[in-house]
Amino acid sequence: MNALSELGIGKMAIVERLDLPEEVGHHLMHMGFIPEARIVVVRRAPAGDPTVYAIDGFEIALRRETARSIRVQVVEEGL
Amino acid sequence: MSDCCAAETIEIKVEPRVSGKVRTVALVGPPNSGKSTLFNRLTGLRAKVANYPGVTVEQHFGKLNGIGRSDLTLIDLPGIYGLDSYSEDARVAVDVLHGEMPGTPAPDAILLVLDSLHLRRQLTLAAPVLALGLPTLVLLNMSDLMETRGGEVDTLALARELGVPVAKISATRGTGLDSIAHFLDRKGETLQPRNPAKLELPVVGNARSYRQWATGISTRTKYKAPLSSEWTRKLDRFLLHRIFGPLLFLAVVISVFQVVFSIGQPLSNAFGDLLNAAGSKIGMFLGHGWFESLLIDGIWKGVASVLVFLPQILLLFLFIGVLEDSGYLARAALIADRVMRSIGLNGKAFIPLLSAYACAVPAIMATRTIENKRDRFATILVAPFMTCSARLPIYLLMIAAFAPNKPIIGEFFGLRAAVMLSLYLLGFLAALFTARLLKSSILKAASAPFILELPQYRLPTLRSLGLRVVDRGKVFLKQAGTIILCVTVVLWFLSHIPFHSTLPDSVIGHVGRWIEPVIHPLGFNWKIGIGLLSSIIAREVIVGTLGTLYGADPATHSLSLQAALRHDLTLGGAMALVVFFAFAMQCTSTLAIVRRETNSWKWPALQFAYMSVLAYTAALAVNQIISHLF
Repeated sequence: MNALSELGIGKMAIVERLDLPEEVGHHLMHMGFIPEARIVVVRRAPAGDPTVYAIDGFEIALRRETARSIRVQVVEEGL
Repeated sequence: MSDCCAAETIEIKVEPRVSGKVRTVALVGPPNSGKSTLFNRLTGLRAKVANYPGVTVEQHFGKLNGIGRSDLTLIDLPGIYGLDSYSEDARVAVDVLHGEMPGTPAPDAILLVLDSLHLRRQLTLAAPVLALGLPTLVLLNMSDLMETRGGEVDTLALARELGVPVAKISATRGTGLDSIAHFLDRKGETLQPRNPAKLELPVVGNARSYRQWATGISTRTKYKAPLSSEWTRKLDRFLLHRIFGPLLFLAVVISVFQVVFSIGQPLSNAFGDLLNAAGSKIGMFLGHGWFESLLIDGIWKGVASVLVFLPQILLLFLFIGVLEDSGYLARAALIADRVMRSIGLNGKAFIPLLSAYACAVPAIMATRTIENKRDRFATILVAPFMTCSARLPIYLLMIAAFAPNKPIIGEFFGLRAAVMLSLYLLGFLAALFTARLLKSSILKAASAPFILELPQYRLPTLRSLGLRVVDRGKVFLKQAGTIILCVTVVLWFLSHIPFHSTLPDSVIGHVGRWIEPVIHPLGFNWKIGIGLLSSIIAREVIVGTLGTLYGADPATHSLSLQAALRHDLTLGGAMALVVFFAFAMQCTSTLAIVRRETNSWKWPALQFAYMSVLAYTAALAVNQIISHLF
């Protein structure tokens, strides 16, 4: 299991769990970050952080400090 | 907190609360699903719409005139992901739905607006909304786009699954709206509340079970997601590029200012000539006398001196409209997150701050999308530093009067645009500095997570851009026709009392000379002082005041306002004046909205004191330095 923040651009993963404070975690779950959801690392912002993730057909940007607490399982190489 | 809350409300709401006449209908849906666009269609009103999540932050009301049901009230609500209130704007929506918002009637029926391009995820909101037990119509918005991109959904099957009617619509094009009229007309004037127990709904408040439920339904209703728009990713590859991204951002900003001058200035000049010519025509018709003096030298000169900037202000709003409607604004927030983080603010605060370029009042309301209260207050306190459009008349006037029209980089970037850009930058830096100060002192807080949804790019429609420009023009004209008009009338009388006195001996002359010692070190004369006093109401009033005062003075009577100012002010004084305006809090509406949003007089008082001290000190420094240098 990896932290989402460790994944490179174009990597795909399955969300395992969110180690985040309840309110934040809950909000993210409503936005699609729920266990078993597929997530793709799309691109980084020009400054290298935040990173844009595609989940459920949406693109959502998270800072590294948040992505670090999202545990994922890498499934595939390349986009 | 959220779980228990939602569970409680469900227990209460299972009891059908209204049976009988429908009076109030609420628009519910996830952020950026097109609720406000539909609201505007159905009511004929003009709530603000744009392409980023979180545009609507409070409830709006309107009569359903668009479908001939003016007996019904429609409530537009901020977008929500679920029925737990994570941020202030979501709390508004949830409170209204539960009938707990003071002054807002509990809705009798719901129009649930879902973005059909992302139906699978958007359906998760259907579960808690249907559990409310109110008569509901599900509207699949942007269905035209979904179909052209190869998406499919069986609406009949979906209606069977959800136990409520479902219709495809396009709020932008206005298609499929008859289904709403039909839904509201059904069973005469009454709609029976549904019994939510009959429907198999997932465990309340559990995002995972909502999601499984939504996936199940979208599979059974043969939902085929449309191909995602390829050019959003292609554009982002460029607009969010490591090097080109920030460069393009800068290029966009510079070209906006350049256009305001290279195209806007000639337009404003022509408009000014037209107003002056009309003024003297009417003056000739009236003959000489006190009435002509009041009407032409007082009111006309005062109001027209502000009105001339209309073309330039509208051009700026056209650009802001393109940025907001295209979806670029959210990308700008992403690019700026690093800077925002370094001052301790959330990147999300960048969206309200950017919209403060138009006006601080809606920007302060837009801070409701910031989840952390201390971050939100810090953003509220710094928002008035952003250069709002009310500062434009005085900036444009002073730049036209004092900055020569010299090119810097060929035709593409001139000195005037550069001065304007530096004034915007000055305000932005003051905002950053103040935020940093606040976050390291009275508003210290752990940094809140940055969660930002990036909408797909859309081509702004001419209709929506046109409406924005027209609406903004109306606001500006209304301001000129009410506040500025009143101020010029009062000023004219005060500058002619006692009768047959010269301007320096009039009431206004005495007041002016009385305050002159305070502002003299800044390089201002007493007329500027009166301008500063009157602009406490609103910033643009100063230009009207100066127009009236210089019009009433025989020495400058025949000069244009620009020439009169050049005659009266040194370069140091002129620069001190614009710097004063960059920092000072001269806006009663902003103070009132800060009071409302922070629920205390403490914050607006602090803000006013801080900004006034900063404005005075900075203007003093600028005048002293420039006068010593030149």
